[in-house]
Amino acid sequence: MNSNNIDTAAIWHELAAISDPEIPVLSLVEMKVIRSVELTADGVKVMLSPTFVGCPAMEHMKAEIRARLSDLGIENVIIETSFSPPWSTDMLDDEVKEKLRAFGIAPPPKNDGELVAVLALPVACPFCHSTNTHLESAFGATLCKQIYYCDDCRQSFERFKPI
Amino acid sequence: MTAAFSQEAVKTFLLALADDELMLGHRDSEWTGHAPVLEEDIALSNIAQDELGHSLVWYTLLQQLGGNDPDAMAFERPWKEFTCCRFVTYPKGDFAYTVVRQYLFDEAEQVRLRALAHSSYLPIKEAAAKILREEAYHILHSKSLVERLGDATEESHRRMQAAVDAAFPQALGMFEQIEGEDGLKAAGVFPGNSELQLQWLHQVVPVLSGATLRVPVTEANGSLAVRVAPDTGGRRKDHSEHLRQLVDDLQAVYRIAPGARW
Repeated sequence: MNSNNIDTAAIWHELAAISDPEIPVLSLVEMKVIRSVELTADGVKVMLSPTFVGCPAMEHMKAEIRARLSDLGIENVIIETSFSPPWSTDMLDDEVKEKLRAFGIAPPPKNDGELVAVLALPVACPFCHSTNTHLESAFGATLCKQIYYCDDCRQSFERFKPI
Repeated sequence: MTAAFSQEAVKTFLLALADDELMLGHRDSEWTGHAPVLEEDIALSNIAQDELGHSLVWYTLLQQLGGNDPDAMAFERPWKEFTCCRFVTYPKGDFAYTVVRQYLFDEAEQVRLRALAHSSYLPIKEAAAKILREEAYHILHSKSLVERLGDATEESHRRMQAAVDAAFPQALGMFEQIEGEDGLKAAGVFPGNSELQLQWLHQVVPVLSGATLRVPVTEANGSLAVRVAPDTGGRRKDHSEHLRQLVDDLQAVYRIAPGARW
């Protein structure tokens, strides 16, 4: 099928329905992992920007993108990876960070590339909002998360790594 | 672009970067399920996964220059074809050795990636900027472990000192010259291994000394002189038996069904 009768808005709409495999309340579009969509002569080119380059979900995401575009009748899909600019949690909109918090993951603070300084800041518990928390493990269950503990509500929680 | 450089030299450079990441990633992954505490198990497993991801980035750039696909590079090459430094091929040792190796490697990554983030070769420049952000978590972790374990207890000090004694000459092998390096230097692709080693020494010597660990380096008039011979050979594919065993292990599953789709 010729994709010329499909506009990019319809494609974005379809891609917005793909959830992040590790954070199901957010879509790949909200995560800014899908960076751009471009119509080519006979298909579509999608630019991806990985959160962490070793993220094992990347292949799954690509397969999902192909499947969704196939539903729109687009079979000729080129998926490329871009590091320019590098993906950063600073790209996440405020309402997306709020969705993360509501899901139980402490959202990352703005870092402006100053990761070390930002890592020293207090982290609010996503459940009771107390900042009486401490870092339990700098690494977590996925590459993009760390483990904290709330000394007030006595609950451990995950925090999205500022990057 | 300040000067012409050979594409072959860029490929040689990328291959060394990729092979180092792959092998250290595999060695780190050997701690999964075996680290002394759960947090370290998670940390080393994460770091291993990051390093494998970084090797994929470099192998992908290599592929774009006409190389083989990354899976073939990692899983189909005979062990004698890898150009990793010997340092990353040695067995994981005890936890002290793993911590010291990771720290020395992470500091080398810091100086190298900072330089590459200004590379005249755009694909390397962009990839380095991305990887550098992720590496911030590695260096924070390994450096704090060195600082804490260096003089925590008599046993931790003894083990950490033994690890530094073993790892330091090996680590110098990370900076072994590669073929075509002068051309890459002149073209601003990277500042050269001697320069990187010097920057690296200025990072690691104060940190190790501060952690009460002796290093085989003499300081005179602000310059640092290394007193041990570097353990080189890896970049010339002159490896020890340890790499053969590592590659056997790394490729075992792949070789059962090459090219299988999972």
